[in-house]
Amino acid sequence: MHNAQQRPQHALPLNLVEAINRALFQAMSDDHRVVLLGEDIATNGGVFRATEGLKAHFGLRRVMDTPLAENLIAGLSVGMASQGLKPVAEIQFMGFIYAALEQLISHAARLRHRTRGRLSCPLVIRAPFGGGIHAPEHHSESTEALFAHVPGLRVVIPSSPSRAYGLLRAAISCPDPVLFLEPKRLYRLQRLPVDLDDAPLPLDRCFTLRPGEDITLISWGAMIHETLAAADHLAQAGIKAEVIDVATLNPLDRDTLVASVSKTGRAVIVHEAPFTGGFGAEIAATLASDALMQLRAPVTRVTGYDTPMPYFAMEREYMPSVERIVAAAKQQMEY
Amino acid sequence: MFMPEPYQIHQRLDALADCPHWQRLTEGYRNMQLIRTFDKKAVNLQRTGQLGTYASCLGAEAIATAGGMALAREDYFVPYYRDHATQYLRGVPLYQILQYWGGDERGNAFPADTPASRDLPNCVPIATQLPQAAGIATKAKLTHEHAAVLATCGDGGTSRGDFYETLNVAGVWQLPLVVMVNNNQWAISVPGQLQTASRSIAHKAEAAGIEGIRVDGNDLPALLEVLDYALDKARHGKGATLVEAISYRLSDHTTADDASRYRKASELHTAWQHEPIARLRHALVNARQWDAEQETQWQQHCRDVVDDAVKTYLEHPPQVPADMLDHLYATLPASLGRQRQTLSRQQGDPHA
Repeated sequence: MHNAQQRPQHALPLNLVEAINRALFQAMSDDHRVVLLGEDIATNGGVFRATEGLKAHFGLRRVMDTPLAENLIAGLSVGMASQGLKPVAEIQFMGFIYAALEQLISHAARLRHRTRGRLSCPLVIRAPFGGGIHAPEHHSESTEALFAHVPGLRVVIPSSPSRAYGLLRAAISCPDPVLFLEPKRLYRLQRLPVDLDDAPLPLDRCFTLRPGEDITLISWGAMIHETLAAADHLAQAGIKAEVIDVATLNPLDRDTLVASVSKTGRAVIVHEAPFTGGFGAEIAATLASDALMQLRAPVTRVTGYDTPMPYFAMEREYMPSVERIVAAAKQQMEY
Repeated sequence: MFMPEPYQIHQRLDALADCPHWQRLTEGYRNMQLIRTFDKKAVNLQRTGQLGTYASCLGAEAIATAGGMALAREDYFVPYYRDHATQYLRGVPLYQILQYWGGDERGNAFPADTPASRDLPNCVPIATQLPQAAGIATKAKLTHEHAAVLATCGDGGTSRGDFYETLNVAGVWQLPLVVMVNNNQWAISVPGQLQTASRSIAHKAEAAGIEGIRVDGNDLPALLEVLDYALDKARHGKGATLVEAISYRLSDHTTADDASRYRKASELHTAWQHEPIARLRHALVNARQWDAEQETQWQQHCRDVVDDAVKTYLEHPPQVPADMLDHLYATLPASLGRQRQTLSRQQGDPHA
């Protein structure tokens, strides 16, 4: 696990979007093959300022404003990556990523496979995702499960500034394509210490954020915030909750999840995305098959509803709350 | 020095007197004959259950041969799926082309020591290769390579957003890119007039601010002139070109198609009068650059080469099932490792 506390002399207080910016800066400094492309990322520094200052430092050849076409951005990235560049493309909001699906599914994810390793596709697509910032229609979706279903495409989601820094650097170093989803509700939520000298984080590992013996709470992205708060509430009631940040949905670190639930016997999975076919279903199925004899209660999922993400007037009612998580956990304890 | 006339269909076969590159043209003729022999054999292999669904290149021999001959080693080729001649001329062995159409990914593992080693493999989802070609051209430009990218698609592909997005960025970024459309009149069963109301496909370059050229796709010397010009322009940083090569798909769309359902036999019969190989042979024979004896010898040579390729293809040992897992990631993730064990056990490997 990332451990800023051990080397406080190198730790800087950064929020999540600043950590992203630092990771991009570091990766571009370390490797001249890393180039950035996307809409509004050069002069404007990105609509969330994730690429602020990078054009000034690295120049327009490495920080490219593209025409407004997401499919093009993904296709350009595939072409560049196939010939040894390491493109890091920004899709402005996840709600606009669908035009890029064909490039990601039919090409990026399978180029190494279908050429038997002759060509590869070391690209990163970054996209802000999730609700909770009162954004307009189509700006708050969480459709990570669509992508986690694609063989060959890593899906990585940070939930803190230090994990954003460590996971993005790992994603850029990765020899295969990575979809890097940034919980935009956390972009400016809080500044936490980030050690810029730390090694990149593993892309195939869950992170246990809080140990506990009674129940396992499993989540990722912005919902980690509510999940940790729920664990605090449960502690007040004497329930010791273990909190796991899945972080990488594909490939999934089943071992950590199964080991935790084998210990606690209970699991609540929390995600913002709709219930049916959400990635929680994959985790629930894994626990049902690999931890069945240790389970003391049916696995519960606390999720968004099976509706489109509502406009922001009702987004609070849609997204899992601390209360819903606590209630689900208590129900499990009483099962 | 060739200067294209805007949107006039460029032809050369009927005016070869001032085009003294006979050696290049006879070489092109040989290549076209070879690939037609290969194509005929591939269709036969499919009909006899020894190849999967196959996209014939009958009628596209001049276009793909010109591509392969005009490209330099340091250039890049981004094909659609009727470019067997270009792939072959870039160094892909014929047996690997069969392997690809035989359902085996090893057909895309082009030999490392050939110009094809960096080329993209065939692209089945229509026109999706074009933004990738723009990405490769961007890379070539960023790294100051003296290289061009040639990408191909069919007339149906020009209806896709990928096509327009690619031309658009190629114009904005002045990319070293040549997009060549094989306008063979038919996208499976849909004819050109149902794809576009544009005056021509080449006119679509206008909106992107790049040059559009029309060329007779059954005229090898004309194609070579146009591609030499467009690729050279790209290599010298003078921008992208859209080339519309007008041909006729003499085959079915693929071996899974039956074109008699939607097009008239008389139309096909007329198209055969303009097919690229006979036209070039006629010109070469008239100019005393080719004769019947050479023809007989070369046809025998083509049969021998193709028979060898078929033999290599059929004798190639099959892949092991774990290959489908082993090449997806640079290193096998733990979760996939478990599926690999299961698969190997099912296949009877006691060590799995």
